Parts: sequence; structure tokens; C-alpha cells
Amino acid sequence: MDFITQHPVLVVSLAKIVGLMFVLMTTLAYLSWFERKVIAHIQSRWGPYYVGAHGLLQPLADGVKFLFKEDLTPPGADRFVYILAPMLALTLAMTTLALIPFGPPSVQWLGESTLIVANSSIGLMVVFAITSMGVYGIALAGWSSNSKYPLLGGLRSSAQMISYEVALTLAVVGVVLLSGTLNFNEMIAHQSGAFWHWNIFYLGRGSFPQIIGFLCYFMAAVAETNRAPFDLPEGETELVGGFHTEYSSFKFAMFFMAEYANMITVSCLATILFFGGWLSPFPESWTFMRYLPPVGLLALAVYLAYDTVVLARGIARIQLIVVTTGALVIGLACLHPVVLAIIQGPFWFLLKVGLIMFFYVWTRATLPRLRYDQLMSFGWKFLLPVALANLMITALVKIWPLLVNRG
Amino acid sequence: MTLPFIVFFVCAALAVLAALTLILAREPIHSALALVLVMVSLAVLYLLLGAEFIAAVQIIVYAGAIMVLFVFVIMLLNAGVEERTDYSKLAKYAGLPLGIFLLLALAYWMLESFIGKQIANGLGGTNASVSTRELSAQLFQKYLFPFEATSILILIAILGALVLAKKDE
Repeated sequence: MDFITQHPVLVVSLAKIVGLMFVLMTTLAYLSWFERKVIAHIQSRWGPYYVGAHGLLQPLADGVKFLFKEDLTPPGADRFVYILAPMLALTLAMTTLALIPFGPPSVQWLGESTLIVANSSIGLMVVFAITSMGVYGIALAGWSSNSKYPLLGGLRSSAQMISYEVALTLAVVGVVLLSGTLNFNEMIAHQSGAFWHWNIFYLGRGSFPQIIGFLCYFMAAVAETNRAPFDLPEGETELVGGFHTEYSSFKFAMFFMAEYANMITVSCLATILFFGGWLSPFPESWTFMRYLPPVGLLALAVYLAYDTVVLARGIARIQLIVVTTGALVIGLACLHPVVLAIIQGPFWFLLKVGLIMFFYVWTRATLPRLRYDQLMSFGWKFLLPVALANLMITALVKIWPLLVNRG
Repeated sequence: MTLPFIVFFVCAALAVLAALTLILAREPIHSALALVLVMVSLAVLYLLLGAEFIAAVQIIVYAGAIMVLFVFVIMLLNAGVEERTDYSKLAKYAGLPLGIFLLLALAYWMLESFIGKQIANGLGGTNASVSTRELSAQLFQKYLFPFEATSILILIAILGALVLAKKDE
């Protein structure tokens, strides 16, 4: 017991890790629902509809199905690496989220900041370090399957991820130059003010709007996470399923979850670097905007209540009653001043992350897959020079006052 | 036993074990993976010495870039299981004593050096972390010339690789 009271860091960190894992696992499951729904509606379909109201229990059904499928290992596969690969992919993808601040450091418990697991002074570097290892999961999965399509998928993905990592990093350096730090919380504090102070828009003295940087970052990030239109490592028409062709059961689910976890990480990074992280987009004087989270939730509860009463039938109606009550209770709880103060940071952060995720899915539903040579020439001959030019211009604008003052 | 102490021994043991695996494994990919583990363990050791930035760069450059290329090439060439020849007599009888001698010599020099003494006295602080700002100030002011010289050297090496890889007209 003494040990615990002497090391509050350990206790709080453990609690934060458990909490983050719980939230993350649920989010990963529901992201597949979100993606299928959004794509379906873009393509004039309904998407998941029959398992639960609005298909809300579909992720649960998918999970059960993944768990009970036969777990195959292809003959001639390198067993150790074959099992290691999905574990590596998922672990590395989820570890990065420990560095992400979901709210201001002022929200504390036992003297420790609650809404970030590890507040590293070089957070951005650590995230890049971990994501740069992420390619192993895919490359090793391709190699260890002892099959030619996965091998080709693994090779493609290694080449693609190495190529686009350069552009990704260069696109971000502009933001690092502007804020002069690698710590996420300091980067966000640097963007404080209203939305025109965010790095993507801010046009002040010694500052260059990072809109080009953001676009480069986003395109490189889509390629890094192997998502459409850069999803060549799993191009169905050419490679069956790419690197995960031979994987079944929960190992396949792990790759799936790793992909979604990577998407979340990338969206979180974009939010922090370009969109002011957990800051509200409105000026501080607009205090009534503080009530947006509870009002939003209550509006959702009202819509769900309408849905329950008018549209739903049978079991779906019972499920909707549960969801409606949940939204109502959380919405009312958010009206309490203490909860209201805590909820501000995470609300804006998650809203921005959600919007970027929507953009991600939208891209997938809209654009056709690139050809492999197009992918490479796009990365090296277009994205990289543009990101470099953005970096040069940002650096020049930043030191311009110094140059001018010296005469 | 403090926490950093335990972490140090775990990572040091991991690094040594992985290095042994690297040499003894017969499958090239297993060797490459063991090398990745060595790099990561070393990064943790740097972290314990308070060099956060170096630790991150160690992982990004070695584990994330160079080793990925290794794995890529091994996969691309589809390198088979390594064939073992009869060990040379010289390696068998002179190898081990010479290896132990090298280890002891290195250990002696390290313990005698300034930093080694500091660490032995518990001064090579785990709390004294060097900020990126200090590091870059050193790199771009005090050691600017060696830094630039190194980058030119690397550029020449890249050009050399390009010339060697170029197809004959």
C-alpha cells in the first residue's frame, strides 16, 4: 500500500491505460460500423441494418464471428513470425495513442494529468518512432505466409510506407518550426485563440498557413495507413487480399483493428498539429459555447426518441430505448459544472478527429485505386517536392523578420 | 532496486540475447528481427540515460528505416536458410579468448572514461534529460562543421551508390 501512495504515477498511469484500452477497443469496433454506414449512404445503400437498431450490434456480431472462425496456419509458414506479425501490427498501432492528449493538462487526478497517458517532451518524435516500426507487421505477415500474393502485398506495402514516410515527416516539420516544440500540449497551446489561430489558417507575423502542409500530410497519411486510394498492399483485383490473404479468424481481425487504430492515430495527429487539438474553435468570450456538448447530446437523445417512437419496430425499439436513455443521462450529466469543465477538451478533440475520420472514409468511397507506378511517382515526384517547398517557405517566413531587421 | 535499475537490466539482457540470436539464427529474417530488437533495447537504454531525442532517433533511423530496408531486401531476394560451413580452426580456438579480451578492454576504457565514472557514481543522471533545444544548439553551433561534413559525406555515399547501380549504356 505504501508503494502505491508513494508512486501515484504508477496507479494513475495504469488506470489511464485501462480506460484508454476500453474506449479504444469499443471505438475500433464501431469504426467498422461507421465506415460501412458512411460508404453505404454515399453509394445509396442502407449498410448494416438488421443486427440491432441501425445495425448498431453489427460490430458485436462481427467480433463473435471472428472469435469462432477456424484459426488456420498455412503449411510451410514460419509459425513464429506468422503469429508475431498481427500482434506487432496491433500493439504498435495502439501504443501511439498513449502519446495523444485528449484534453488540456489542467484536468488532473492525484496530481497527474488525466487526459494523456504519457506526456513526453518529444511526443511527436515518439509517435513517428512507433509508427515507423508499424511496417514490420505488414511486411512480416506477407513474408511468413509462404504464399506469393501475400509476399507481393508485403513488398508493396514496405516500399510504399518507406516512400510516403518521408513526405509525411516533411509535411509536419513546418508545424514544428512554427510552434518551436515537439511536445503536443505546447503545440496546442501555441494555437490558442479561435479557429483562425490554428496552424492551418494562421497568417500572423512570422507565420505561414500550413494548408499545403496539411494536404500533403493527409495524402501521405492515407498512403501510410494503406487506405484507399493507396490500398495497393491489399488490392483485391490483383493480390486476392494482399498481405493478409492467408490470415483467418482473430489474427485477421487484429490487422483490421490495427488499420483502424492507425487511422485514429493519424487523425489525432492531424487534429493536434493543424486544427488546434482540444481547443474550441470559438473565441473565449463566447462562453455559451461551453454548453454545446450537453446540448448536442440532448438533441441526439431527442432525435433517438423520435426514432424510437415513430420509426422503430420490435426488438429494435427496445434497443433504441436503451441508447436514448444513455444519451439523455450522459447529456444531463454534462450539465453539471464539474463534468462540463472536464468534457470541453475531449469533446472538441473527438469532434475534430471524427470529422477527419469521415473525410478518410469519404475519400475511400469516392476515389479509385492508383496504379503502382502512379503511386510511386506521386509520392516521390509530387508529394515530396511540395512538402519540401512548404517547409522552405515556412522557414523563410519564420526568419524573415530577423533578416529584415538586420538590414 | 529502483525502477530504472530493473528496466536497465531487463533491456541489457534483452539486447545481449537478441544479439546472440542475430548471430545464431539460420533464417535471415529472424536475424534481422533480432537486430531490430537490439536497436529497440538500445533505444530504451538511451532513454534511461536521459537522451530522449537520441532514443527516438535511434528507433526512427535504425529500427524504422534501415532495418525495414534490410527486411525488404531479404524478402525481395527471397534469401533461403543460411548454409553452415565447417567452422574455421582459427575462429574456434582464437575467437573466444580474443572476444573476451575485447570485451574486457572495452569495459575497462568505458569505466575509466569521464562519463563511465559519472555513471558508476550514480551521477549520469536519469533525471537530467537533455532537451532537444540544447541538443540542436550544440549540433548547429559548436559542432556545425563536423555536422555539415557528415552530411556531405552521406550525400557522396548516396551518389556513389547511384553511380554503382546505374546500368551501363
